[in-house]
Amino acid sequence: MVDMSTVLAGATLPNPVMTASGCAANGKELHRFFPVSDLGAFVTKTVMRDPRAGRGTPRMAETPSGMLNSIGLQGPGIDVFVEHDLPWLQSVGARVLVSVAGNTAEEFGEVVERLAAGPAFEAVVGVEVNISCPNVANRGLVFACDAASSERVVAIVRERLPDLPVLAKLTPDVTDIVEIAAAALAAGADGLTMVNTLLGMVIDTDLLRPHLAGVTGGLSGPAIRPVAVRALFQVHGAMRAGRLPLAPLVGVGGVRSGRDALELVSAGASAVQVGTATFNDPGAPRRVLDELEAEIARHGFGRFADVVGIAHERIPCP
Amino acid sequence: MSAGVVQVRGELIATRRAGAYQHLTVVAPGVAELAHPGQFVALAVGGPTSAHLLRRAFSIHRAKPSGTYGGTVDVVVAPHGPGTRWLTALRPHDPVDVVGPLGRPFPLPAEPVPCVLVGGGYGSAPLFWLAQELRARGCEVEMVLGAASEDRLFGVVEARRSADGVTVTTDDGSAGRRGWVSDVLGEVVARTSAGVVYACGPMGMLRSVTEVASEHGAVAQVAVEESMACGIGVCMTCVMPVTGNDGVTRMVRSCVEGPVFRGDRVRWDAFSDGLGRVPDDALGAARAGGH
Repeated sequence: MVDMSTVLAGATLPNPVMTASGCAANGKELHRFFPVSDLGAFVTKTVMRDPRAGRGTPRMAETPSGMLNSIGLQGPGIDVFVEHDLPWLQSVGARVLVSVAGNTAEEFGEVVERLAAGPAFEAVVGVEVNISCPNVANRGLVFACDAASSERVVAIVRERLPDLPVLAKLTPDVTDIVEIAAAALAAGADGLTMVNTLLGMVIDTDLLRPHLAGVTGGLSGPAIRPVAVRALFQVHGAMRAGRLPLAPLVGVGGVRSGRDALELVSAGASAVQVGTATFNDPGAPRRVLDELEAEIARHGFGRFADVVGIAHERIPCP
Repeated sequence: MSAGVVQVRGELIATRRAGAYQHLTVVAPGVAELAHPGQFVALAVGGPTSAHLLRRAFSIHRAKPSGTYGGTVDVVVAPHGPGTRWLTALRPHDPVDVVGPLGRPFPLPAEPVPCVLVGGGYGSAPLFWLAQELRARGCEVEMVLGAASEDRLFGVVEARRSADGVTVTTDDGSAGRRGWVSDVLGEVVARTSAGVVYACGPMGMLRSVTEVASEHGAVAQVAVEESMACGIGVCMTCVMPVTGNDGVTRMVRSCVEGPVFRGDRVRWDAFSDGLGRVPDDALGAARAGGH
């Protein structure tokens, strides 16, 4: 038996496996395949203040070991979420990490305020501040591409939710992710989720035009796993070296198996999200949990926590 | 979980060519028992380490709850990409990962009204099973099958067994009447006094079918073939604009709210040039500049 529990900014979760935002809707659909309360946490689709139709279609293109998506943050808005989705998640015993976004920094604040005022707020174990969705018209809205913007958004969310774990979700599409991580942590984030999709594009070679209606999209899936591992390793490494304050990292990017999850954990992730793999296998998040536990046992460890960041202690010396 | 859907590791037990298509029979315990005409299955392609992660959706051609090998489902596959080519190359006894049944089935009329079933290409796949269910309820059933050419028709022989009358059209005249299904549909609907027109096929055809049905006072129930990544309602890629009972247009998931929609509720004006736009009056539509 491996002790799979993990602590994220004061919130103790029974295990480190989560869904990834935008890959699991708001729970009901996946609950047909496994109880979503089995997971350490359920991460919601990003919720914004107002209802949002998203982008036109095609919204998706399959790519080698991955896909591009260009959803455009479709969703019902925070009021419907608080009234319907969150109470349902609470009713099935899920621990909920709510992904939030806004068109402006102030709008992030409004979303979390209404979230905190809702009836099922007790089910919320934290918020994940999505400052890195690439599918927005104004590329300046990818707050996580800029340290000052990241700081502004996180500071507002922190101020409105003084007692709840706040994670900032970062994009790897930056020159120095450690700099953005530093800004988010300085603004009061308790931890970081890494990484969001990478901006990508596919051309339809029959029509010789962009395949996606939104032209560009976010690349996800096993194809980007090495990017996630690199980003986690750099940021966790900076923490170990004392260049960043110690804070938990949630790893996400291309996890399809327990072995994949172990890679992110060894690089420094205290929890792991399963995203695109869910489209291939609806039971993937649940399966990855079992496989990760078996992997940790295979290596002879009794606690999940003992493996977090272990690769930093084993860097080959030439 | 008792949720009307299962994920099973199935086994291919039969595969045969049908014109330009491949007709597969898969043992998939639990799927057939739950399935109704109009629902679909989502098949994983390429095996457990496949680089093609997205499931391929196929409407269920036939479902047999108990056979020699256990429950089976049949699907018809057109090989046009790496995933569908992988499926059509499978041999009997190869494993196939099946999720299903998915989506909302064709609604059946409460009274025995005459019905016309329209299939474009292999879009006809679910209609024979539907025809049997309708006739079991006392409905008179006619079918209209159309395709670009004879090899792209599916199930003409089966149609003659399943329906009280069959009309065939091809774009090139290689079988039946030269032209489109919409060229002949009006006279069939009028002759049979059909109350419901069921259709499955490409968007352009479904739009024409809806228009013809409306002109003759019939209700159109259309099954769409939008591309999907997951089939189970979590990826939000298969959305299309549909107007609800409240008169509000929303971008709805064709995998869970469809694939069958009332034709007069679909915002056909949003589709052109292979793109599906978000109508300006849709709930949550972007203001100028998009999002």
